Amino acid sequence: MKLVSLHRKIERNSGLLIFGILVVSSIGGLVQVLPIVLGDAHGAPAAGLAVYSPLELEGRDLYIRESCSTCHTQQVRPLLAEVKRYGPYSRAGEFAYDRPFLWGSKRTGPDLARIGGKYNDDWQRMHLLDPRSVVPASIMPAYPWLASRDADQGRTIQARMRALQQLGHPYSDQDIAAAPAALEGRTELEALVAYLQSLGRSMAGEPQP
Amino acid sequence: MGTASYQDRIVTAFTACAMFWAVLGMLAGVYVAAELVWPTINFGQPALSFGRVRTLHTTLVLFGFGVSALIGTAFYSVQRTSHVRLFAPGLAWFVFYAWQLAIVLGGCSILAGWNSGKEYAELEWPFDLAIAVAWVAFAIVFFGTIARRRMESIYISNWFYGALIIVVAMLHIVNSLAMPATLGKSYSLFAGAQDAVVQWWYGHNAVGFLLTGGFLGMLYYFLPKHAEQPIWSYRLSIVSFWAFVYTYIWAGPHHLHYHAIPEWVQSLGMVMSLILLAPSWATMVNGIMTVSAASQKLRTDPALKFIVLSLAFYGLATFEGPMLAIKSVNVFSHFTEWTIGHVHSGALGWNALITFGTFYFLVPRLAGVPLYSARLANVHFWLALAGVMLYVLAMWGAGVSQGVLWLSLDELGEVRFSFNDVMAAMKPYYLLRFVAGLVFLVGAMLMAVNLARTFAGRRTIEVAPPGSRVGAGGRT
Repeated sequence: MKLVSLHRKIERNSGLLIFGILVVSSIGGLVQVLPIVLGDAHGAPAAGLAVYSPLELEGRDLYIRESCSTCHTQQVRPLLAEVKRYGPYSRAGEFAYDRPFLWGSKRTGPDLARIGGKYNDDWQRMHLLDPRSVVPASIMPAYPWLASRDADQGRTIQARMRALQQLGHPYSDQDIAAAPAALEGRTELEALVAYLQSLGRSMAGEPQP
Repeated sequence: MGTASYQDRIVTAFTACAMFWAVLGMLAGVYVAAELVWPTINFGQPALSFGRVRTLHTTLVLFGFGVSALIGTAFYSVQRTSHVRLFAPGLAWFVFYAWQLAIVLGGCSILAGWNSGKEYAELEWPFDLAIAVAWVAFAIVFFGTIARRRMESIYISNWFYGALIIVVAMLHIVNSLAMPATLGKSYSLFAGAQDAVVQWWYGHNAVGFLLTGGFLGMLYYFLPKHAEQPIWSYRLSIVSFWAFVYTYIWAGPHHLHYHAIPEWVQSLGMVMSLILLAPSWATMVNGIMTVSAASQKLRTDPALKFIVLSLAFYGLATFEGPMLAIKSVNVFSHFTEWTIGHVHSGALGWNALITFGTFYFLVPRLAGVPLYSARLANVHFWLALAGVMLYVLAMWGAGVSQGVLWLSLDELGEVRFSFNDVMAAMKPYYLLRFVAGLVFLVGAMLMAVNLARTFAGRRTIEVAPPGSRVGAGGRT
């Protein structure tokens, strides 16, 4: 009955109960999550990894706006079938400039980690505007509005790059000053395609395992 | 109204909102299920496209339906297990209005394309802040009520509701840390692989402490109350509670098997997920043994039937979870519909059913009249069971097919099936899942009507804490 008598103390003191829950539930996170977050091993960029250009960053934020990661993963697992199907498996260093990460949890459509350069820009545009025109069995929604909307309609690209700069992304002040000009006259469709074509770029020279 | 009666109007308000969000959130789910069968039915409207409506679906069912049901039942049971009225009732109403407003505006923001990109935490930073403030107010009301209790011990249900409040606050605050760029856009403080580890520490434990812990609080109050039996084993409750709080938090990395995170983290996540089966099933055994003493009630009482069925699905989902966390099983199940099936056997079979059972018990007590139609509730029971079974079967079929076909290699070591071939084979499963969701939704709509009719015939009823001088309205 030792356990019960010890517990009588806890369950008669709400402060003790709150403290107990806080301590016991924190241990896992402190041991398992904190070292990864504080350590450099899984946050450092891979050699040759470039930060997203303003157009690619706009495209990435559109990918998030439309929740593309609901159906498309960006993570090739180190399994023979996956490497054969998609390309080299994913390494932590590839994602150092991904805020948030977009690995996804479900493949209703195919993985996109190595999609960059696999199809040309025209194919990507047609596919986004009318997926079934190029993939008859596709169940992806069409995104016609991307073609008729200017990229960065809200004129926020500089604010976004500055936020990322503060988080440590290597954007120079000149990069940020030049960003609106880089988006001038481009559509959302062009931005999203630019982002898709950038995916997997840093791994182009990697040999297959 | 006598000043000493329990504050139940706020419970009614939360219950009504929970029912509203249940129907709307499930409707959004059925709609996106239909979009996977007929991909053109968004009619070129951005706000109706799959990505946005699916995000709306999870947000409404989790935070609209689930959390409203949890706060409402917590406010109901904490008063009765403490024998006092709510602490700071004005603040309790602030929690109600702030939470509902956050869901309404947050839902609209998702349809407008505001999205943090983090799964099950997609609301952008202004909403994250609002939610955090409302949650702290919830904590003050709840723990304030407990601190003023006239019972010596804090009852078990309140341990679980307390764990829900504390741990979800911790998860939400850490996972939402971000650098705002504009009003509707922020960037996570964590990047890449580090962000992934934080996100699934959050994501898995939102399942753990909201969908499991919170609803176990509901179970520990309403099951014994309804079965009119004490909890079978007090010692088992103690052991399973602390084992649950300790173990769950480690299991997140099983969402990242074979991903670009350290091997030791994946293995640790897998082992802890397997261990988690013990406290999960200990709780189930405790619940089943409690109700078995009142098994004759099961024949006549639809509310109790829902609760017992929810326990069965709780057992199923908490067995399936650890199995899917084994790396050699996960290699097939990961990224497939199997995951969706697993989530829904928990979310529909456990969370929705126990909430339905609780509301069928609770609303007649709040209204002071019997349920409008027990027959309609029985029809709902069978619709809910058929819906969730069909749903899970469809997703098992789809998920196992995807898992095996995607990894299948021919004699030359090349992939045997193109992605498109496998995707095309999903069509019958997607159609079945749409029908299953529709059946479940129709059941929930019948329930909404049944509860609304029950409440329309209400009598004024006040229930006071035992021993108080004013407004002794009858039962407790």
